[in-house]
Amino acid sequence: MKELVVLSGKGGTGKTSIVGSFAALAKSKVLVDCDVDAADLHLILKPTEQQKEEFWSGQVAFVDREACTECGLCQEVCRFKAINDFTIDPVSCEGCGFCYHICPVQAITMKEQMAGHWFISKTRYGPLVHARLGIAQENSGKLIAMVRQKAKEIAQEQKLDYTIADGPPGIGCPVISSLSGANLALLVTEPTLSGMHDLERIISVCRHFGVPPLVCINKNDLNEENSRQIESYCLNQGIEVISKIPFDNAVTEAIVHALPVVEYSQNRVTNEIEKMWQNIVASLKGDKYAHL
Amino acid sequence: MQHKNGKRVIISIASGKGGTGKTLVATSLALSLAGKERVQLLDCDVEEPNAHIFVKAVLNHKESVFIPIPKVDENKCTYCGKCAEVCIYNAVAVFKNKVLVFPELCHGCGACSYLCPESAISEEYREVGIVETGNSKGMDFVHGKLNIGEAMPTPVIRKVKSYINSEMTAIVDISPGTSCPVVEAVKQSDFCLLVTEPTPFGLNDLILAVEMVKKLGIPHGVVINRAGVGDTKLDEYCRKENIPILLTIPLDSRIAILYSRGITLVEGMSQWKNNFLRALVKIREIAHERACST
Ligand code: SF4
Ligand code: SF4
Repeated sequence: MKELVVLSGKGGTGKTSIVGSFAALAKSKVLVDCDVDAADLHLILKPTEQQKEEFWSGQVAFVDREACTECGLCQEVCRFKAINDFTIDPVSCEGCGFCYHICPVQAITMKEQMAGHWFISKTRYGPLVHARLGIAQENSGKLIAMVRQKAKEIAQEQKLDYTIADGPPGIGCPVISSLSGANLALLVTEPTLSGMHDLERIISVCRHFGVPPLVCINKNDLNEENSRQIESYCLNQGIEVISKIPFDNAVTEAIVHALPVVEYSQNRVTNEIEKMWQNIVASLKGDKYAHL
Repeated sequence: MQHKNGKRVIISIASGKGGTGKTLVATSLALSLAGKERVQLLDCDVEEPNAHIFVKAVLNHKESVFIPIPKVDENKCTYCGKCAEVCIYNAVAVFKNKVLVFPELCHGCGACSYLCPESAISEEYREVGIVETGNSKGMDFVHGKLNIGEAMPTPVIRKVKSYINSEMTAIVDISPGTSCPVVEAVKQSDFCLLVTEPTPFGLNDLILAVEMVKKLGIPHGVVINRAGVGDTKLDEYCRKENIPILLTIPLDSRIAILYSRGITLVEGMSQWKNNFLRALVKIREIAHERACST
């Protein structure tokens, strides 16, 4: 069983459309949506929920104003400036419990937070594990680790070949949780200066965590000069650019019709994505990139 | 742009979905104001900061962002285990004659050093990112960069925000999403501009972003980017929810090409400046109304 994660650094480069297409192309896999903050994959895969679980994680302090003597010690020690006028701001509170431990009259309790939900669903392409983190919640990393773990278990039980994960944007906690321990990262970029800048950062993150990256340049014809620069940069880094997908409105039209683009139309975009998937399968099977 | 109490307003530019054009809007908004009044552009997308590319910022000052982590003096330590017990993040482990600190897990809360009965813990500083400041085209510029491999962007975001100068209008570029770091960056804004696109993804993620700004009680409006693609559900949603659409940017290959070259919209197509200034007038009205009514 091999784990593929699709990342981009910069948001909006087309990760979800590509993962949606892989869902239609790959035969034996579990799909995972690791973007627990702004999940979109379900809009294409139209899952039927089979299991829904609460995700309890992290704590928030609570001051019992009856017991509080307003000594002010908690406000003094809190480094997250989460206590004002002896009231906790749950958004700023990081749940460290410092105040709880030092309150001389035990007026502070720590309450577990229901930080979101995770789901196991059925789609016409196979099982999907996804989640929804509550607004302003921390611990996206833990939720992602959980979702990935569930996906792996399902893959092992049902003897499926792959897990294919749609990753979050950025390079921080949720990205690290989506990436660490995966067999291969597909980095979807676009030939814009911002896309290039962000690609360099996400490549460094892959290196840092020892996951071999492959690059796909989406909307390739938007700026072919930039695209060539990405290619030579990747060449220098010893990273293969496995696909250059042209810009086509069909990609957006497919989203509007809630279909993977490879099922919505048959054109140069879908040909490219099909080719890319075959390449990825070859890499995953042969562990061709294990040395990177 | 002034508040009733003379304080300049803070406008944050956010979106649920990535890649909808936040940086395009933030940079053009800031540049439209520059020259007319004092303005600051702050890039709080510390995971993938891009605004500097567009405004060609000249950065002349760099500061490290540290978080305090515990350092145990094993000569004083009795291996009582208190530090491990209080650390909610499991960043300290105590063995029979060894204390291990896991710096990546530590939030720097300070509980362990304060509560160690032997005063065996002092704090040292670990760099998690940097903040760079400078200027660009008549504006003050600030951005932060999270170090590669670091998980927690919040301390870097806080540091960027510490540069907000109440004598200037501040435009704050925010990372996508609605989780903790995004909220940290949006907090204290007088207005939040939500950039989206008229696709099912754009709408789905806008609804989450609206939920977030409502929870924070921040007045907000929408910018529709790439209008013309997708469907009309976005307009319908904004109308139904009574969210003002302050600016509409069409799907236009000329705009996409300018963006790809790192050229701001108002510099590449100067006729857009007036549209941004008009949006700013409306933002000011809404922010002012809210400030007066609270
Ligand atoms: S609390 Fe202090 S004395 Fe106890 S194990 Fe930790 S460092 Fe050592
Ligand atoms: S400072 Fe807080 S988070 Fe860091 S090790 Fe000590 S108790 Fe844990």
